[in-house]
Amino acid sequence: MTEKSGADILIEALTDLGVEVVFGYPGGAVLPIYDALFKQKRIRHILVRHEQAATHAAEGYARSTGKPGVVLVTSGPGATNAVTGIADALMDSIPMVVITGQVPTALIGTDAFQEADTVGITRHVTKHNYLVKDPARLGATIHEAFHIATSGRPGPVVVDIPKDVQVATAKSVKYGTIEHKTYRPQVKAEPSLIEAAVDMIAAAERPIFYTGGGIINSGPGASQLLRELARITGAPVTSTLMGLGALPASSPQWLGMLGMHGTFEANMAMNKADLIVCLGARFDDRVTGRLDAFSPHSRKIHVDIDRSSVNKNVRVDLPIVADCGRAIEDMVRVWKSRQYPKPDLSDWWNRIEGWRATRCLDFPEGGTEIMPQRAVRALCAATKDRAPIITTEVGQHQMWAAQHFDFESPNKWLTSGGLGTMGYGLPAAIGAQLGNPKALVIDIAGEASIQMNIQELATATQYRLPVKIFILNNQYMGMVRQWQELTYESRYSESYSDSLPDFVKLAEAYGWKGIRIERPDQLDAGIADMLAHDGPVMVDCMVAQLANCFPMIPSGAAHTDMILQANEVSGTMDDEAKALV
Amino acid sequence: MHITQETAERHTLAILVDNEPGILARIAGLFTARGYNIESLTVTDISEDDRISRITIVTSASAHVMEQIIAQLDRLVPVHKVTDLTVLGAHVERELALVKVAGKGEQRIEALRLADVYRARVVDATTASFVFEVTGGTEKIDKFVELMREVGLVEVARTGIVAISRGSEAA
Repeated sequence: MTEKSGADILIEALTDLGVEVVFGYPGGAVLPIYDALFKQKRIRHILVRHEQAATHAAEGYARSTGKPGVVLVTSGPGATNAVTGIADALMDSIPMVVITGQVPTALIGTDAFQEADTVGITRHVTKHNYLVKDPARLGATIHEAFHIATSGRPGPVVVDIPKDVQVATAKSVKYGTIEHKTYRPQVKAEPSLIEAAVDMIAAAERPIFYTGGGIINSGPGASQLLRELARITGAPVTSTLMGLGALPASSPQWLGMLGMHGTFEANMAMNKADLIVCLGARFDDRVTGRLDAFSPHSRKIHVDIDRSSVNKNVRVDLPIVADCGRAIEDMVRVWKSRQYPKPDLSDWWNRIEGWRATRCLDFPEGGTEIMPQRAVRALCAATKDRAPIITTEVGQHQMWAAQHFDFESPNKWLTSGGLGTMGYGLPAAIGAQLGNPKALVIDIAGEASIQMNIQELATATQYRLPVKIFILNNQYMGMVRQWQELTYESRYSESYSDSLPDFVKLAEAYGWKGIRIERPDQLDAGIADMLAHDGPVMVDCMVAQLANCFPMIPSGAAHTDMILQANEVSGTMDDEAKALV
Repeated sequence: MHITQETAERHTLAILVDNEPGILARIAGLFTARGYNIESLTVTDISEDDRISRITIVTSASAHVMEQIIAQLDRLVPVHKVTDLTVLGAHVERELALVKVAGKGEQRIEALRLADVYRARVVDATTASFVFEVTGGTEKIDKFVELMREVGLVEVARTGIVAISRGSEAA
């Protein structure tokens, strides 16, 4: 049998695994891999302008296609620059495989040029990681890395490959299905637990489904099954930031997002429910608010593929470790086989309608200023026929997008939820556009966040990707400013976006189209201009500077202590609340 | 504002892991990253083919955190099995200490007498010193070391706890 170099073994493994796109940046310690890439045609390499962007692009690709994202970076700074995106993928359970170059094995530990302890640094921001010291182990390791990244609770896996291992040769072997000796995620629920869950749902008077990113990760089928489960049980559905789109926003059973910037009706329903069915979410602090006041009268069912998510923040009555898509499928089947009628929840729905009547997402119009919420709604209205993929950066614009953009299907909403990484949106949009060449992809951004990975404008230009950036420009790091207004009596310490670039000229400098929208009467036309251009467009939409994102549950407060209006803001908080994030 | 802490209980965990590079850092790092404490940690290969190690960790945590520790350990890819021996019930815990004592005359004889009471063996002797080997539970070793302080203790080396369940079954 002929031998192949480690670099060729790697490319062969990636090809066998169906990898179509790799996001990367070359450097000394990955030159053999780049040479192997040069000599093949199956895998497309996308050259980003910063390694962090490679990881976010891979996340965007993964989240919008359901396939794992693949990243290739060099040793040392290449790997350390990728760390933020790797941590982001871990927090949001995004399947990703990151190949990092490493100095030759003989130089490891000598503080060699561009050496960093990549497996050490990434150990706690990966689902698993490897340092491959033998080219004969490389093929199997890559296959195992993909298996781990994509199965169970998905996450990032780093494979660190020293340069000599890329050059050295070994026999090339074909690999089939991976049977890992210790790693066996539980995907199928215990049938008795499913039966117990179905009985609890049937008996509940005030049930609510609280769904999360796990449904999206489980695949489009899980979203369809959720719709069926909602239909047959008649119960209201709310979702975390990561789970938007699983149930269509147009469904009458949809209450909107819950949590810190969730809707009044979703949070009140969580608080007053007698049964919470959590499907693929993890009782994050943004969702629960003050823990001792979180849904005090409910029994709780928690379906999660990760056993360590169960009972982590909130004690539940019925934990079910399983893939949530499979669990929902089982629940629907058991419900139907028991011939449960659709429960009469009219009293419960009457109360919910009462909360809905507060119309908590309404906002005052801004006169001569564009309200950011209005801009998001205008964007939503203008694009809804095209089922756009929306990415965001992090901050107020992200929450306004979550609140005011209506998502009708899964895999259309890409945002950095757990880690909250500013600079996520543009590279994620690039990754999503590559995975969905025909889709309309829009990064709803803030003027501060967009600057964190602004260099990626060039990547979109190079690959002729028609992504759109829609900047809600309020000249502040808006969420920081909002918290300073709420907590520190409006002492706006360092939250003003000074010395902003001219975004229109900046766009043009990179070969993009630039559009500025300054007044409400320009909004619809500006959006139409953006959509009419078949190349990349950056829109600088000037919005009301001091608009706040409401509703809001301040840190340390209960779901029932929501701030609905600006005039409820006191401007101070006690130390306990100040110490919370 | 004051920071409050939950009451903790001592637990002994037995963890079977793949013998791969970095596994100890992975486990120790999990404890530091999530704010769990380690009172004692021992690790050695226990398999015929050098593939599996057994790690014994003594930690203290509230029942709620304990459940998390086990779940977090269990989801590490190279971990085969995590057993909470404390919850499991009857088990044997032992550690071994090497205790160096220097002295002359009556002090030396007293050290030997005490060593005999604690079934410590002399594993090295000079005219001016002994090294004792003593095994037992943590309390016994603590007590022995404390007594040795009064008769010329020079140095102590302890292994930390290893533990195994009682009875015929594997934990």
